[in-house]
Amino acid sequence: MPSLKDLRNRIASVKATQKITKAMQMVAAAKLRRAQEAAEAARPYAERMGAVLANLAVAFEGRDDAPKLMSGTGNDQVHLLLVATAERGLCGGFNTNIAKLAREKARSLLKQGKTVKIICVGKKGYDALKRELGQHIIKTIDLRSVKHVGFNNADEIGREVLSMYDDGEFDVCTLFYSTFKSVIAQEPTSQQLIPAHFEAGSSDEGAGANAVYEYEPEETEILADLLPRNISVQIFRALLENAASEQGARMSAMDNATRNAGEMIDKLTISYNRQRQAQITTELIEIISGAEAL
Amino acid sequence: MAELFQFELVSPERQLLSEQVAEVVVPGSEGEFGVLKNHAPFISTILPGILKVRSEAGGWDEYFVRGGFADVAAGGLTVLAEQAVPVGEISREQLDEAIANAQEDVADAKDDASRQKAEMTLGQLKDVVEALKKA
Repeated sequence: MPSLKDLRNRIASVKATQKITKAMQMVAAAKLRRAQEAAEAARPYAERMGAVLANLAVAFEGRDDAPKLMSGTGNDQVHLLLVATAERGLCGGFNTNIAKLAREKARSLLKQGKTVKIICVGKKGYDALKRELGQHIIKTIDLRSVKHVGFNNADEIGREVLSMYDDGEFDVCTLFYSTFKSVIAQEPTSQQLIPAHFEAGSSDEGAGANAVYEYEPEETEILADLLPRNISVQIFRALLENAASEQGARMSAMDNATRNAGEMIDKLTISYNRQRQAQITTELIEIISGAEAL
Repeated sequence: MAELFQFELVSPERQLLSEQVAEVVVPGSEGEFGVLKNHAPFISTILPGILKVRSEAGGWDEYFVRGGFADVAAGGLTVLAEQAVPVGEISREQLDEAIANAQEDVADAKDDASRQKAEMTLGQLKDVVEALKKA
């Protein structure tokens, strides 16, 4: 049985923790709004890009001169996994979920005898993956010093991936990140970047108009210009989605923590009060029985 | 009065402009081109340069754009640019940085084709600086 003083100390410490989690929740809420706005602001660009590329891709279907970024290298022996996570913890299952998805993919690829290379964007992903897949991690990109992810951050990563692709260091590139669905729901997602995949559905509406499109310069050149840009755009979008998801996950995690701390304080206060009462009662009994004995 | 059409200027970070305009002049990769209402459907990549927008009132707004493409469809014109800044807001430092980057690209280029491309970008950027100096 802890003494009254111990209980008092514990209550004080839990209260201090609760204050911290509450503050973190509020900070996350403020950051979430901004991250969400950024993610939404970036959406039109990515969507238009996707629509135009899908249009172009239809024209290239089955042609031999399609760019390598679209048709692939012809085999799928070496896989590059680009794992985007947060730089900080204390955000519930956010980092774990992304890492888990990436780890499962890596495991199944390794089982098939493929070579796996991993680039971690964000420290937490590296921490989660290094134990099992440490020897496959070829690079960690640190964005800790970056407060708001800008397009140039994504562009840098994109260029790096592209130059690796040009050097023939991998055949297939998959991006792992978390899609922001709502504050309480974030879904770990994997997306194949290279060779590029375009949804057939999005090209349907444009297909009619596509027939009369004029291209300047030629389609091939436009495609060669746009595909590398598209990689950066997709990475940028993933990073923004990730940023919003991270804050959302942190907000709900901290909300839970605050509530838990509240419950704990209540419990501790009850046992503190009980014990105090018990002590008072014991003291009274001692006094009364002392008086009676006289 | 010129007829109006929908024009959107989008950068990866935000949508800068989405409004009805009278005319847009785009620095296309095979020469500047102007877009009026009912332009034929057309896609072109763009070079670093100044994009000019004539609003309904007739005044010209200028934007610095870099990297991307213009998409003229029946519904209007959409310009997707990797970087798009109103000319009034652009700073010398940003341009200098872009030029330094382009110079690095020239130095890093592995083959003739990519070097040529990088040099073209560099030249364009220098032209922009010149144009801004005069303005």
